[in-house]
Amino acid sequence: MPLTLYTFSSPPRFYALTGVLVPVCWALCVALTAAGLWMGLFVAPTDATQGEVYRIIFIHVPAAWMSMLLYLVMAFWAGIGWAFNARLASMVARAIAPTGAMFTFLALWTGALWGRPTWGTYWVWDARLTSELILLFLYLGYIALTEAIDDVRRADQAGALLAIVGSVNIPIIYFSVKWWNTLHQGATVSLTAAPKMADTMLTAMLLMTFACWAYAFAVVFTRTRALILERECGAAWVRELAPGGAR
Amino acid sequence: MNSVFAAVLARDLRLAARRRIESLLPVAFFLVAVSLFPLGVGPEPQTLRQIAPGIVWVCSLLAAMLSVNTLYAGDLADGSLEQMLLAPGSVLQLVWAKAAAHWLVSGLPLIVAAPVIGLMFGLPAQALATLVVGLLLGTPILSLLGSLGAALTLGLRSGGMLLILIVLPLATPTLIFGAGAVDAVGSGLSASGHHSLLGALLIASALVVPWATAAALRISTE
Repeated sequence: MPLTLYTFSSPPRFYALTGVLVPVCWALCVALTAAGLWMGLFVAPTDATQGEVYRIIFIHVPAAWMSMLLYLVMAFWAGIGWAFNARLASMVARAIAPTGAMFTFLALWTGALWGRPTWGTYWVWDARLTSELILLFLYLGYIALTEAIDDVRRADQAGALLAIVGSVNIPIIYFSVKWWNTLHQGATVSLTAAPKMADTMLTAMLLMTFACWAYAFAVVFTRTRALILERECGAAWVRELAPGGAR
Repeated sequence: MNSVFAAVLARDLRLAARRRIESLLPVAFFLVAVSLFPLGVGPEPQTLRQIAPGIVWVCSLLAAMLSVNTLYAGDLADGSLEQMLLAPGSVLQLVWAKAAAHWLVSGLPLIVAAPVIGLMFGLPAQALATLVVGLLLGTPILSLLGSLGAALTLGLRSGGMLLILIVLPLATPTLIFGAGAVDAVGSGLSASGHHSLLGALLIASALVVPWATAAALRISTE
């Protein structure tokens, strides 16, 4: 059969494809993490101003990038699922949300651990920190709303609407928080003033970013597979796959 | 063309007038919640003056979110919501009228009460005027966003808490500019920038949010 854009929008084919892809993603994730950590912890030079503690950047920055990107990806697939009634797209959106929330939390957590030795405090109400915190609330709102609705179709559609409204709001929130911060006492330390990065640092950070990508793909695919089995449990191919399983 | 809007607005206002005590609950909540802050923070006038705009704004936000919960719930329970969605005429007008009714019933009393609260917190006259103008521009945004939350959480078990969780992040810009306007006046700056941004937010949400709310109502009643 010809390979088209819609080939893998069918749950059984997507299930078969991701069954092959998930181990590949995990292998990539492990290899990239090992390479990234080796580069970051042993090859990259010590920072002139911050010393060794800056090395937390190799997990902090990829996590922050992933957190923002995954929200947009989630809103995109949720929107596709709502507009074209594509079941699989909605499932992917639902599967992305916990991973996105995890990366947002990781970015905040590593940021706090980084802030303590460099800024002298775990938390400042800096524009970026605050908007990242609000992003975490947006993720939690999406997860809470979709989990609170029992009807799957309504949950997917309501979640899609909320995710889209949220993604329209993200720039407004970011700029309002930024302006709010400059009106109040500004943060004394700014990351934008940091000196240019060494090449090895940048390489390590990119390696870690790709590792996060591979991890996100692996986890989202695994979660989507579970959602497919759950929602398609009446389908013949799922019954064949798990004879005597849940019905 | 405006018949749907006028009819729904008149109906909701009449319903509110028939349940007068219930309609006054948001402003009562507002007064009680605001009065708790001096008890918790301490009676120092300087501190209270500094935190007054933030307190007034946060409490109006909570009052709006707690009262908007029932905006569509009653109509859903007695089936009139489905009839209104089926009836000829724009759903947008219905959504508009509902949000307007919510603002008139629970937003406007807060704006009347806010100057009194501001006096109790020792705000000067100019800050009071800024606070009221900000609330006039900002509370309709809260009613609009709240109606979206109410439509999304329609008929759900934990609807109230859920509505607050999903709407509060969206309402942060309103809070920032509303409270920021009073702070700006307090430090000798003009509040017009903040008020212009609040006005822009109001126009944007008046155009976009009712559309999303109408979609949410269709999703929730399908």
